[in-house]
Amino acid sequence: MATSASDVLGRMNRNLSALGAWIDARFPMTKLIKEHATEYYASKNFNFWYGFGVLAMVVLVLQFATGIFLTMSYKPSSEEAFASVEYIMRDVAWGWLIRYLHSTGASAFFIVVYLHMFRAMLYGSYKKPRELVWLIGMAIYLCMMAEGFFGYLLPWGNMSYWGAQVIVSLFGALPVIGEGLAEWIRGDFYISDITLNRFFAFHVIAVPIMLLLLVVVHIMALHEVGSNNPDGIEIKEHKDASGKPIDGVAFHPYHTSKDLVIIIVFLILFSAVMFFAPELGGYFLEHANFEPANTLQTPEHIAPVWYFTPFYAILRAFPSKLGGVTLMALAVLLPIFLPWLDRCRVKSIRYRGWTYKVALFVFASSFLVLGYLGLQPAVGGYTIVALRVFTILYFAFFVLMPFYTLNEKTRPVPTRVTK
Amino acid sequence: MILRASLLLTGLCLSMTAFGQHAGVGAPQMEPADNDVGDIASLQRGAKFFVNYCLGCHSAQYVRYNRIAADLGLTEDQLVENLMFTGQRPFDTMDIAMRKEDAVRWFGVAPPDLSLIARSRGVDYLYNFLRGFYRDESTATGANNLWLENTAMPHVLWELQGMRGLVAPEAEAEAAQAHTEFEMVRPGTLAEGEFDVVVRDIVNFLDYIGEPMQLERRALGIRVIAFLLVFLLIAYMLKREIWKDVH
Repeated sequence: MATSASDVLGRMNRNLSALGAWIDARFPMTKLIKEHATEYYASKNFNFWYGFGVLAMVVLVLQFATGIFLTMSYKPSSEEAFASVEYIMRDVAWGWLIRYLHSTGASAFFIVVYLHMFRAMLYGSYKKPRELVWLIGMAIYLCMMAEGFFGYLLPWGNMSYWGAQVIVSLFGALPVIGEGLAEWIRGDFYISDITLNRFFAFHVIAVPIMLLLLVVVHIMALHEVGSNNPDGIEIKEHKDASGKPIDGVAFHPYHTSKDLVIIIVFLILFSAVMFFAPELGGYFLEHANFEPANTLQTPEHIAPVWYFTPFYAILRAFPSKLGGVTLMALAVLLPIFLPWLDRCRVKSIRYRGWTYKVALFVFASSFLVLGYLGLQPAVGGYTIVALRVFTILYFAFFVLMPFYTLNEKTRPVPTRVTK
Repeated sequence: MILRASLLLTGLCLSMTAFGQHAGVGAPQMEPADNDVGDIASLQRGAKFFVNYCLGCHSAQYVRYNRIAADLGLTEDQLVENLMFTGQRPFDTMDIAMRKEDAVRWFGVAPPDLSLIARSRGVDYLYNFLRGFYRDESTATGANNLWLENTAMPHVLWELQGMRGLVAPEAEAEAAQAHTEFEMVRPGTLAEGEFDVVVRDIVNFLDYIGEPMQLERRALGIRVIAFLLVFLLIAYMLKREIWKDVH
């Protein structure tokens, strides 16, 4: 008996629905897809700044995928690590591509996440009811910093070695427990094979598991309260008869189709760096790291990778080591308190007063300038003055926030989203 | 406005940081190496000079002979006849027989492996360093270098370049300006321009072995970006179609 194509398709369709029903009876598959994609409504007026969340997800997946393949050929031993990276670059089929994807991905991750965080500050995404989303996000950021720090030692280049030496020694500045703590972290009296092995374990197992878990929790918390938007208003307050927010569109297919465009634009920029300037002038891959770790010779100028330099600059702004370390830790942790430091009820910068606009501009500038200063060799003179001025501005943004946001002269907020 | 201003500031900072990666070496100006890794003939000459002049003391321990042959368009016979003199097999890496302990005893330091020297030091530095030797009786090797004072490395290429002597500055003002002038003490077999080409070939080869896949990388990059641009167009049209009914 002859069967037509539509018969075959029809049967396949019925089989698929039967399979779906079978799964749904045992696992909330359709429910999850509805909750998080086809019936998750987000504002229709997302702008440029709302692309960085999905880009962070893309880079996370990229880092996981490339990291798995790197682990297949990398040797976490002080004798072999450096050579195994060159083995990946030269002898492993497509190894260079995988390694450059991973090294460029590390910097891209921080660029994307910094912009994602800045978006939250522009549109008040950390404010009620999204405080937990912000806190979980900060935990993700701290994990990323740990991940970047552990991963940077693995190539066992000279900058890897001395960078780790400097950062671990910061813990030594703590009173009483400091030296013991630094030794406990290293597992040795100096950065050694033992340190490399444990950093490898943290980089490929412990921290990635935490990151993945936190990202899932971040998205669950976000989908519970709903996404913010450039107007900083709650779209859930205006629903149609069927209970859908009037100003929202379903995440899938609307936002997914938009995100695809955003992802491709990102990949084009990413490819431009990775294929044509993977070292990015020594900022993504530092020149001194093409020499193997040398315990007797420090690089000419030790600077952490660019994404840590704003905090490194703050460390250097203070004359005493303990003071510097304390300030640096504060600088990293202060954003956690943003939801409570900001007293203004208006979320979006579109309707906030000039005080916050100025403060945010000063903060963003000081972050960038500190990042730049952190890359420069340690010299005295006007650099130290600049370091201190911008460190003070950085802290002023947070410390003074309850005062300049309390009686902010805001503009009226619309009830429905605008363009 | 604030967004635009902060973006502008980002740009400013980035352009500021673009300066001075290998800066602060010395007063005389470095000349750019201007090498071209796509120039296969130059790489072949560079490989020849490298095995003849460098490979005695410096290894390139991550570089395989047969990889060089493949990338430089040489057959295995050409490779063995022209570039391999010490009995290795084509799939071996460019190791040397000199042991580190001996090297330290003889030179004071072990000559560094050159696999990645172009990536750690930069091609301009190498180009100027190799052209920067001059006669100095006070050193063990009888030569000094303008770019790495009291280098342990002898002037290996002196037969080609000749031996130059530093002309003592005439006035103190000149000395203060770090004015450097050379006179040829003993001419080499090559004229100055010819010697520069030899050094450029060597530096080009070092650049190549630092990242043997760099040409492939750029070629692949163009294809990947071309694909992404087409994909972008399709994705944009899909997005517009889906968003048609949203106002």
